[in-house]
Amino acid sequence: MSARLIPPRSELTQPFWDAAGEGALALQFCGTCDTGIFPPRAHCPDCGGSNLQWRSVSGEGSVYTYTVAHRAPHPVFASQCPLVIAVIVLAEGPRMISNVVGVDPEDVYVDMPVRVTFEAIDDTDLWLPLFTPAA
Amino acid sequence: MGLKGVAAAVGLGELPPRRYTGEASILDLLSTVAHDAIEDAGFKKTDIDGLIVHPIGGLPGFVPATVAEYLGLQPSFAEVVDLGGATGAGMVWRAAAAIQAGMCTSCLCLTGTRRRGPLPKRPVDRPSGEQVPRAPRSIMPKRDRSPQAEFDMPYGMLGANVGYAMIANRYTHEYGLTDEQRAKVAVDQRKNANHNPAAIFHDQTLTVADVLGSEMICEPLHMLEIVMPSAGAAAVLVTTADRAVDARQPPAWLLGAGESVTHSSFAQAPALDATGIGRAARAAFAQAGIQPQDVGLASLYDCYTIMVLLTLEEAGFCARGEAGAFVQSHDLTYAGDFPMNTHGGQLSFGQPGMAGGMSHVTEAIRQIQGRCGERQISGLELAYAHGNGGIIAEQAGLVFGAAR
Repeated sequence: MSARLIPPRSELTQPFWDAAGEGALALQFCGTCDTGIFPPRAHCPDCGGSNLQWRSVSGEGSVYTYTVAHRAPHPVFASQCPLVIAVIVLAEGPRMISNVVGVDPEDVYVDMPVRVTFEAIDDTDLWLPLFTPAA
Repeated sequence: MGLKGVAAAVGLGELPPRRYTGEASILDLLSTVAHDAIEDAGFKKTDIDGLIVHPIGGLPGFVPATVAEYLGLQPSFAEVVDLGGATGAGMVWRAAAAIQAGMCTSCLCLTGTRRRGPLPKRPVDRPSGEQVPRAPRSIMPKRDRSPQAEFDMPYGMLGANVGYAMIANRYTHEYGLTDEQRAKVAVDQRKNANHNPAAIFHDQTLTVADVLGSEMICEPLHMLEIVMPSAGAAAVLVTTADRAVDARQPPAWLLGAGESVTHSSFAQAPALDATGIGRAARAAFAQAGIQPQDVGLASLYDCYTIMVLLTLEEAGFCARGEAGAFVQSHDLTYAGDFPMNTHGGQLSFGQPGMAGGMSHVTEAIRQIQGRCGERQISGLELAYAHGNGGIIAEQAGLVFGAAR
């Protein structure tokens, strides 16, 4: 568990957080063109379709890029530095921001294979998807 | 159609950036530079019929009306530009477009920010006088319901340091880049600032060792390759071709403009060889009918050293992947073979909010007008100014020329 900035959810995005609470990473997929969509929205950003369905994904991906933050980007992260903040490319295509954990920050690299893990957000009943080395 | 030669910048007002501006209100600062720009051009306040401003903290809305009333203006064209660091460049082409459309004849573009003083420290004062850091607790971001607040900020992805550090790591992975190459940008720009009395670091020299010895903030970016927030304001007065030739200062003709907005969250950004930087720059050069190599001044947005390197190759000043070698093999000072950010760039001039982005525009105009004193580029005919907002999210590029 760690202190975080608490994500402000909406009715449309709640399925993402519900899935995370059950240990799954879920994305929307377009019912028309099958594009994987993140972050969640009302219409497919590719074809404009509005028939979007939630689906659990593999949770596998790789590090597109990352940084090791030595100075906390916000005081709430002060005790977590050095903190690895990364862009993760999911195996299904979409990219998302996350943290790479369970590894020495100096051992993280671009294109590193990772898989999802979940961590409770302090002071809430929410679970946050993080990533850890796949090997 | 395009905007080539439709309008020119004829007046500038710019406060030297300061760390803090004390009790002065943002309206005071904007009013000062607005009047300075009008005076600079030899215009009268009654000539001004266009006004462009940006969102301002502490003014919950109605910003053009609030600023217009404060200045005693009743403009026939008024709007807000909200493009982060590309705001200043985005304002100037919109002023020309409004002039072309017949909506106004002389338009003030105003940017600025105030910083009252240092923020209070966070530690709790114990009765013993001992300073104890408060145990962190999860908190909800204030008044922010954006997708980034929900899906980026919980991970510490906020502010700009994290994003530009990620860009630097990805760029280095794809093309190769050394710490020394990034530092060279900051060092050459400091040499320029040492010849600009308005620059916040005018009196301080800088070496590559200084940059690389400064605190590591977000790997691989050190403190001295990250822009320092400051306060100040800048105004640009844009007018019609007819009025420009009668202005007190020589016109800096707007010859081309380009703009691109590609994403908001950096996770959704295009690849580093397909950014909006290149799209905006190519559009600006095409409209002006010139090539990047034709310009004698590159005034490129430099919130971080890596941003300059990325812009150099995305805008076409050097080949793909060669930005590091390019800055090492060129003298980037006003007296060098590739004059760039002759005011010092924001890294050495200061970043007074949106007036930081505007400083690349004011320097291009000032150089074209031939009034940069000891840092003047001799015989300058064409200059390129680039603005960048967010994490390479919003881009605007302008080409200025001494001749229409």
